[in-house]
Amino acid sequence: MSQLKVKAGPSKAPLSPWKSAKPEKAKKAKPAKVISGVASLNGRWGFLFVAPFFFMFVIFGLAPVIYSVYISFFHWDPLGGSTFTGLRNFNLLLHDSDLWLAIRNTFSIWALSTFPQMIMAIGLASILRNSRLKAKSFWRTILLVPNITSVIAITIVFSQLFGRDFGIVNDILGFFGVHHHIDFIEGVIPSHIAIASMITWRWIGYNTLIFLASMLAIPGELYESASVDGASKRQQFWYVTLPSLKNTITFVLIVGTIGGLQVFAEPQQLAADGGSSKQFLTLTLFLYNQAFVNNKYGYAAAIGIIITFIVLIISLVNFVITRKISSDGSR
Amino acid sequence: MKTRTPKWRRTSPVHYLLLATITFLSIFPFYWMFVVSSNTNAEISKSPPSLIPGGRFFIVAKKVLSAQGVYFNSALLNTFIVGTSIAVAQVLLSAIAGFAFAKLNFKGRKFFILFVVGTMMLPSQLGIIPLFMLVKNLHMIDSLFGLIVPALVTAFGVFWMRQIIDAQIPNELLEAASIDGASVPRIFWSIVMPIVRQSGFVLGLFAFLAAWNDYLWPTIVLQSPKHFTLQVALTQLKPMYGLDYGLQMGGAFLATAPLLILFIFVGRKLVSGVMDGAVKG
Repeated sequence: MSQLKVKAGPSKAPLSPWKSAKPEKAKKAKPAKVISGVASLNGRWGFLFVAPFFFMFVIFGLAPVIYSVYISFFHWDPLGGSTFTGLRNFNLLLHDSDLWLAIRNTFSIWALSTFPQMIMAIGLASILRNSRLKAKSFWRTILLVPNITSVIAITIVFSQLFGRDFGIVNDILGFFGVHHHIDFIEGVIPSHIAIASMITWRWIGYNTLIFLASMLAIPGELYESASVDGASKRQQFWYVTLPSLKNTITFVLIVGTIGGLQVFAEPQQLAADGGSSKQFLTLTLFLYNQAFVNNKYGYAAAIGIIITFIVLIISLVNFVITRKISSDGSR
Repeated sequence: MKTRTPKWRRTSPVHYLLLATITFLSIFPFYWMFVVSSNTNAEISKSPPSLIPGGRFFIVAKKVLSAQGVYFNSALLNTFIVGTSIAVAQVLLSAIAGFAFAKLNFKGRKFFILFVVGTMMLPSQLGIIPLFMLVKNLHMIDSLFGLIVPALVTAFGVFWMRQIIDAQIPNELLEAASIDGASVPRIFWSIVMPIVRQSGFVLGLFAFLAAWNDYLWPTIVLQSPKHFTLQVALTQLKPMYGLDYGLQMGGAFLATAPLLILFIFVGRKLVSGVMDGAVKG
């Protein structure tokens, strides 16, 4: 189940080191630097060592993905009996208003949880990178506390905090002069804000650490030469720090998108059907309900494929934009 | 890693204030769980609500542990079993495969690892229905095996261990051992594993936390309350007691407390794990 869960673990290490690794041939000439194994350790042990992983990976990771594509072409009855219906599921799906609602909600929540969070995380990271900061390790560690909390526990707390009648958030807003109590469940945008704030709370520290690591890797000389050239702090941030974070921003965006398309527990805990006007029905909640509440496996599998397409398109767009920025940036 | 800090960078009190605010916001929900679960509903519902813990926590905790149809104690044990099994298996299997991908020569190695990494881009929902059908056919529905077995290996874990082994173990060391006549399994166990122990531990921690907090898959696989994990058991506290926030929050607090205690010991390791894995530049 969690094979493909990206957010679950520590962030992926950079892809570039081995992508740019020299081809196999080069290794014999220079065995020290090239990532291509130890010359004297070869042969069948490699296969044997990879076998347990591969066996499990194929059965529980790969096969279900392929089979999912297969059943999306069927009217699939879990109690047995399935009929091939071609593209019917997709056709029905694209005419299902719930799909479009789910796409709208998912993207709204994604945008509300991604962009403010990213800006805050970059800001926090630039505070934390300061080597003269006291209690560095304390701040870094405390930032990660929200990330270890379960989504369920947090949804329970936040739905109380965001409560219409007795929630603290409304109390605080009242203190600032907003006297009508906002309904963070029934309202479309308010409910998205409530869910986005749960996601932001959970991930901001994690992403701050990612940005921090990336900032610490920027060579100090860049700043020195920038300040010699008379660049102000602000200019240094815009012209040195931000461009250096480009890959990290792409990475955080892609991981955030995959995570954003998986938002499920928060809305499901607020209301299992996605709210009275389906105001927070997300794509994964839609898929779950079609599959495991309505038992429409083929239909739900088609939703999964649509989600995958969205991830791929966004990753591609992201990639192209980053590419373009980097080619524009290289003077 | 360390860079020289430009001279103009001084820490201003505003920075500390911001950090203190973030710290407060990070901690507050946990504190609030405790406040709500230790006060009466009336004290929480008044405006402004009570912001200090009351004296009811143990009463509520007892209510959570004895709630009808909710097996909180077994849920705790189940979650622990699932988390530990997954963590241990993932570290071992990832290390074995990661070692092969980093250091052993075999045909198709590059293609395989590229392929595995490529699959990490796929959202996990894609295969969830066939996975459910598969687990059902293997008679692992409503059993902890249904949670453990599909999670024994992850593409991410293998990729992570591959990067670690590649970075931390010089080829010369393995060459030398192999010239001295050590077999490949022996090299793996006596040389590679001790060196990557720390990083493996971090991977295990993340796997444990992910398993502890997972909800989507357990709610699909598990059916009887005795087999529930903590997250699924927590959701039971809701419909049964309506708007009794105290009970839900007490449950949330009890389900989170073990992780917070764990975090006190391993928090710094997790931080370095996250930062080491980050994209540099």
